[in-house]
Amino acid sequence: MPKTSRTMIGASLLHSHEGKLLLVVVALAVFLSLATRSFFSLQNMVDLLTSYAFSGMLAAGLLVVLISGGIDISFTATASVAQYIAMTVANHFHVGWIEVIAISAAIGIACGLLNAVLIGTLGLSSIIVTIATLNVFFGLLMFFTHGNEIFSLPDWFVNGASWVVYTDADQTPYVFNLQMIGLIGAFVLTAILLTRTNIGRQIYALGSNVEAAKRVGIKVFRLNLLVYGYMGFVAGMASLIQAQDAQSVSPNALVGRELDVLAAVVLGGASLTGGVGTVWGTILGVMLLAFLQNGLLLLGVPSYWSQCFTGAVILIAVSALAVERQRHRAAARRVMA
Amino acid sequence: MSQDLATRMPPASPRATPMARLRPSPVLMRLFTLLAVLLVLFALLLGGKLFNATAVRSMAFQLPELGVLSLAMMIPLLSGGLDLSIIATANLSALAAAYVFTHFGLTGGGASVFAWHIAALLAAFCVAGLVGLLNGTVIAYLGVSPILATLGTMTMVKGIAVGLTHGGVIAGFPPFMVFIGNGSIAGVPMVVIVFVAVAIPVGVLLTRTPFGNIVAMLGSNQQAVRYSGIDTRRVLVKVYMLSATLSAVAGLLMMARFNSANAAYGESYLLITILAAVLGGIDPAGGFGKVSGLVLSLVILQLVSTSANLLNISQFLSLALWGAILLGVAGVGRVWAWLRPMLPGRGGARA
Repeated sequence: MPKTSRTMIGASLLHSHEGKLLLVVVALAVFLSLATRSFFSLQNMVDLLTSYAFSGMLAAGLLVVLISGGIDISFTATASVAQYIAMTVANHFHVGWIEVIAISAAIGIACGLLNAVLIGTLGLSSIIVTIATLNVFFGLLMFFTHGNEIFSLPDWFVNGASWVVYTDADQTPYVFNLQMIGLIGAFVLTAILLTRTNIGRQIYALGSNVEAAKRVGIKVFRLNLLVYGYMGFVAGMASLIQAQDAQSVSPNALVGRELDVLAAVVLGGASLTGGVGTVWGTILGVMLLAFLQNGLLLLGVPSYWSQCFTGAVILIAVSALAVERQRHRAAARRVMA
Repeated sequence: MSQDLATRMPPASPRATPMARLRPSPVLMRLFTLLAVLLVLFALLLGGKLFNATAVRSMAFQLPELGVLSLAMMIPLLSGGLDLSIIATANLSALAAAYVFTHFGLTGGGASVFAWHIAALLAAFCVAGLVGLLNGTVIAYLGVSPILATLGTMTMVKGIAVGLTHGGVIAGFPPFMVFIGNGSIAGVPMVVIVFVAVAIPVGVLLTRTPFGNIVAMLGSNQQAVRYSGIDTRRVLVKVYMLSATLSAVAGLLMMARFNSANAAYGESYLLITILAAVLGGIDPAGGFGKVSGLVLSLVILQLVSTSANLLNISQFLSLALWGAILLGVAGVGRVWAWLRPMLPGRGGARA
């Protein structure tokens, strides 16, 4: 019996991980909109986009690494180093946006390339190498800065750039800010890289089967340079966005958040074994955690319990994913037999 | 691929010949060499400041916390997994014990106090057992990858601890806990005695019992273990329960040392335990590793940290050095493997 396109869409929505996640996120958003007055307001959405821009950007970068079959733990340290050096330069020399962006991009890429070189040459797995480099980057940063925060940033940086797009009846301006540009930019760039370029296909191939990727002529080491370099670049950019939002730079503010970002990407359906993951899924994963944490706050749940709920959701989601994959495998075995 | 399989096989027999048993493994040799080099280096830099009773005692007081936590990380690593929830479990267990201690254990007399003290310690181990059971069940029966499962429980368990205490500190414990944390018997710190009392049974368990063999084989090839008729899932549950139990010991040690318990103690140790284990020769992919290697690597890390402290260098530099040492050891190993065939008299030894 021929299926109509409507049921096909419905079926694929329920069968793909992204589809299920979308339903969960929409259900959560509808519930929060009905249960709280402020969730579904423009102001809350602007605040959410601004405050989750940093994690969201990093999630986009980490997605690429996970698809390639690797993992990066060091990106928070990379971001800390990049923003500290960039802001120190900005405070002491006459520089502007372009220089600051170039500096933090260069530092991020350099840290990423170092990771890729070490992973390629030492024979250690990516998680071990990046745990080690996390400690090296962070330890050196704290050693040289003595843990001192930078409280005063140049005026042009503090003011940032924002465009008022809408002013409501109470004369409250709603702005389109740098954080949103960064977040959208990171996701668009990652989507183009993964789905519109030959390199993206190679990254999926590498993560699916290293041996097969080598046999078809993919240069694994070069591709890893690009993957980890890209992660570093995104970390450098995200660090500027974060510094602009926080209006200060603290060398130990970011390290420790790496596992939260990992959780968001994995909720979005990316597999730790590589080859699987989409930008849409990652966006939904970040949204799920952001809505959940924001919603609990708005519902009046004491903030002390927010982390417990987040953990429970992560645990339930990864369990559901695993059960689903087991069922797929079992079905595949039946077909084979 | 075939070479890969060959290198991933467990050692043919742990007690092949008496001579082979006496000869230290290459991993231990490498660690001993590194330790010797560092000792000479720091001796030249520090002289008597490093080799006196005070410095050695301060090292001895600091090492066991990270030591027991690293043991808790080592067992899942051997089985081919990972346990990110060890610190959260340690803190929640310590908080459970602290709650019983402070609410029931300090009043009344004689036997009832003793009973409450036992109850407090039992509470810690029960909490840890539950977390371990949850980890093990989710990993073994639902097939969730260990990183993700324990990432979830880590967040949730820490969330419970933060939620119950509002991030606060529980302090004020009976004298015997203070003694465990800060006392010594015949000059040996109690924490070291506890560490040894935990490390030796774990070492024996991992290398001299069927359970230890199965854990290492799980890390090498889970499928093969299952086909040989072993219920791998039950073993995995035990692995994570054991890891959680060791975390509880570490939590109680931290509580005794600081004379307080909190939801966020020792969080920076989490990734360091993985570093320590890998430096100690434990294969992060599973299958290989010994407690002796781990202890040596802990001594090395502690030596670096204490020396940095004595040299008045920030503790953060020792963090950087720890990472650099791991990368350096791996790097030297690679260069050595590359040079070996070219050395006279050894040519083709590995071919």
